Amino acid sequence: MEVGQMQRRLVDYTKSLFMEGFLDAQFLQLQQLQDESNPDFVVEVVSLFFDDSEKLLNDLTMALDQPNVDFKKVDAHVHQLKGSSSSIGAQRVKNACIAFRSFCEEQNIDATLRCLQQVKQEYYLVKNKLETMLRLEQQIVAAGGSIPMIELGF
Amino acid sequence: MNVSSVKGSMSISSSTSTWKAGDTISDQFPAGLRVLVVDDDPTCLMILEKMLIACLYKVTKCNRAETALSKLRENKNGYDIVLSDVHMPDMDGFKLLEHIGLEMDLPVIMMSADDGKQVVMKGVTHGACDYLIKPVRIEALKNIWQHVVRKRKNEWKEFEQSGSVEEGDRQPKQSDDADYSSSANEGNWKGSKKRKDEEEETDERDDTSTLKKPRVVWSVELHQQFVAAVNQLGIDKAVPKKILELMNVPGLTRENVASHLQKYRLYLRRLSGVSQHQSNLSTIISAQDPTFGSLSSLSGLDLQTLAATGQLPAQSLARLQAAGLGRATAKSGIPITLVDQRNIFSFENPKLRFGEGQQQHMTNKQQVNLLHGIPTTMEPKQLVSLRHAAQSIGNMNMQVPPHGAQSSQNNPLLMQMGQQQQQQQQSRGQILVDSTINHAPRLSSSMGQPILSNGIATNVSSRNGIPENIRAPGYSQTPSMLNFPMNHASELPGNSFALGSTPGVSILTSKGAFQEDVNSEIKGSGGLMPSYDVFNDLDQHKPQSWELQNVGMAFDTSQHSNSLQGNLDLTQSALGQQGFSSGQMNGHNRSAAVASKAMFSTGDVKELGSAQNVNQHLNNLLVDNTIRVKSERVCDTSPANIFPDHFGQDDLMSALLKQQESVASSENEFDFDGYSMNNIPV
Repeated sequence: MEVGQMQRRLVDYTKSLFMEGFLDAQFLQLQQLQDESNPDFVVEVVSLFFDDSEKLLNDLTMALDQPNVDFKKVDAHVHQLKGSSSSIGAQRVKNACIAFRSFCEEQNIDATLRCLQQVKQEYYLVKNKLETMLRLEQQIVAAGGSIPMIELGF
Repeated sequence: MNVSSVKGSMSISSSTSTWKAGDTISDQFPAGLRVLVVDDDPTCLMILEKMLIACLYKVTKCNRAETALSKLRENKNGYDIVLSDVHMPDMDGFKLLEHIGLEMDLPVIMMSADDGKQVVMKGVTHGACDYLIKPVRIEALKNIWQHVVRKRKNEWKEFEQSGSVEEGDRQPKQSDDADYSSSANEGNWKGSKKRKDEEEETDERDDTSTLKKPRVVWSVELHQQFVAAVNQLGIDKAVPKKILELMNVPGLTRENVASHLQKYRLYLRRLSGVSQHQSNLSTIISAQDPTFGSLSSLSGLDLQTLAATGQLPAQSLARLQAAGLGRATAKSGIPITLVDQRNIFSFENPKLRFGEGQQQHMTNKQQVNLLHGIPTTMEPKQLVSLRHAAQSIGNMNMQVPPHGAQSSQNNPLLMQMGQQQQQQQQSRGQILVDSTINHAPRLSSSMGQPILSNGIATNVSSRNGIPENIRAPGYSQTPSMLNFPMNHASELPGNSFALGSTPGVSILTSKGAFQEDVNSEIKGSGGLMPSYDVFNDLDQHKPQSWELQNVGMAFDTSQHSNSLQGNLDLTQSALGQQGFSSGQMNGHNRSAAVASKAMFSTGDVKELGSAQNVNQHLNNLLVDNTIRVKSERVCDTSPANIFPDHFGQDDLMSALLKQQESVASSENEFDFDGYSMNNIPV
């Protein structure tokens, strides 16, 4: 596939992520922070997000698996996940976290377990999407092309 | 980025108390600001670091509160500001905040994805200087340096008990700079923008100095004192030092006086063009004085708003206020012009002079806008109405203001004229009002540009005999408003528009003219002569023009928005919307003038309301006026038909048209030569 075609594919794909709510304007900010001095910034941050989130999700699973669930702890984790997902621009994950936190306040085990599943699902979805997108970018760069800037009318 | 150099120059190592303005503050500030960011979330930490680097700050990051504290303790003066997350595993962010406050007394900004009121309140009670909600955007980080400066400033102030001296010196300087820039930009569409830029620059300088004193506001009394001192010394011999001595106002510095004097001189120069008319006008105006008084009240509000919006430099505002307030009972700042306009139209009496009265009379907000912009021409009637309205003038930066003393009457109108232009216009407007009103929408006044006044003045004179120079508001004691010897309206032949006489009329016409001009010119062309064009356009333009007119008048737009600030924008937008301006304005230069005037109008939101009314009146008036205007058209710039077309208001237009038919065009009284209709609040 030639570069132009790849670029178009990337643009369309990225746009769809925004349209479907996987990503929000914050992600655009990250993309704008990337420059020549730091050409892999987005990749680095996203990788960091993946690592951190997976750790958090593990902690959450363990915390909710306890006989006596410590909701405060759970809430702290969720809050953290909410913060990092919002900083990255992973909108759907963030929204799932918000719902999660309200159930934590209620100390509703069932609801929180359900929320955990929801958050995990959203997380894996966005992870998959981001990885695909980044891969596309890599291919373009490898083929000598440049990554087109997405202009979204937010 | 010379972070290192900045740092070095900052010599922050010295105690903050010794960090005074001008000290080590390099021009690169806030670049190089040393930030310590603490967050246990690695993703957030990385993003924040990158953003802070992008802001040219020097960043140190920690993911633990303990680490952060130890770093701070090691190097007490190594950091300028701390950014900390609220929820951290090892230590609560608020606890960290307390520690830092006690031990190092650095400004701390809290961050969190949590935006609950309680949490934010906790931040406040624990002494955080700000609270950012995650996700943090880079724009939010760009401004964090303000907290550093603020803190230092407060410390410095405490340290330096009197501190007034240095601060005083610094502050006037800055204000002067800003003022200067603003005055320079007067009558220039870009001016407002420029001014903002300049203000930003000065702000930055202020930061470095840490001591930023509020600008000196030239109140009415202060200005009057100033004028008295200048007159006593003689304008040629008036030097800041002597003026300062004569004024004997504590806290006022030579620099304040110097910058004010500079503006005053500019104002005088503008007036000189119409000085000849002024004398005539002054007489007329004086008769009107009572009415103007109200105008002068230019709604200090408007003025202030204008000033606030930056459109109107503080000084001009002060002037306006002085001018307007001097006399007027500050009716409500309404866009008197607007009111006047309407009045003008409605009555043909010269009262309308300015939009001042516009508000009152010109109930047609729409029209009023016209007046706003064009403080001058409409004057006669408007003036009258302005008087009542007076208040609105605030918007008009009536140029006259400073000189307002004299024209206190006029001032109201002038003031309203619009911020930058207003200044010019005011003088003009006033003058115009007087003179123009009688004849034809002299709009010239404020329409903002000095040219107008001059142009108008000349035009006016030729036409009506009414000293069009009146436009040159200001200083010549004859209130610029005088130009609209509204009372003389009776003199004016049927001037319903009485540009000269009937403030309302003239205003209307001017409005139209201005409006058009404004619209087209809003771009900042101080096109002096727009007023005439306005008129021309008026004929041509039907109702739409009014809208455009408003641009200049800005009143219209502002009406709705009620924000002076918006005025300028409004005018511009109005222009755009109206689209009229460009088309309508018969290519007259009005636009420039108008545009500037339009600016005013925005300022006078109140006026706008009246503008509407005014507009209607205007329409009526226009009709009459247009006829007249046309005949008059002395102005070089453009046919006096400005009005008819500009009034954008449909009703106005129709009314005008009707009137036109009915009105005999004999009146050549309306010389809207170049009266920037801008002021016509439409």
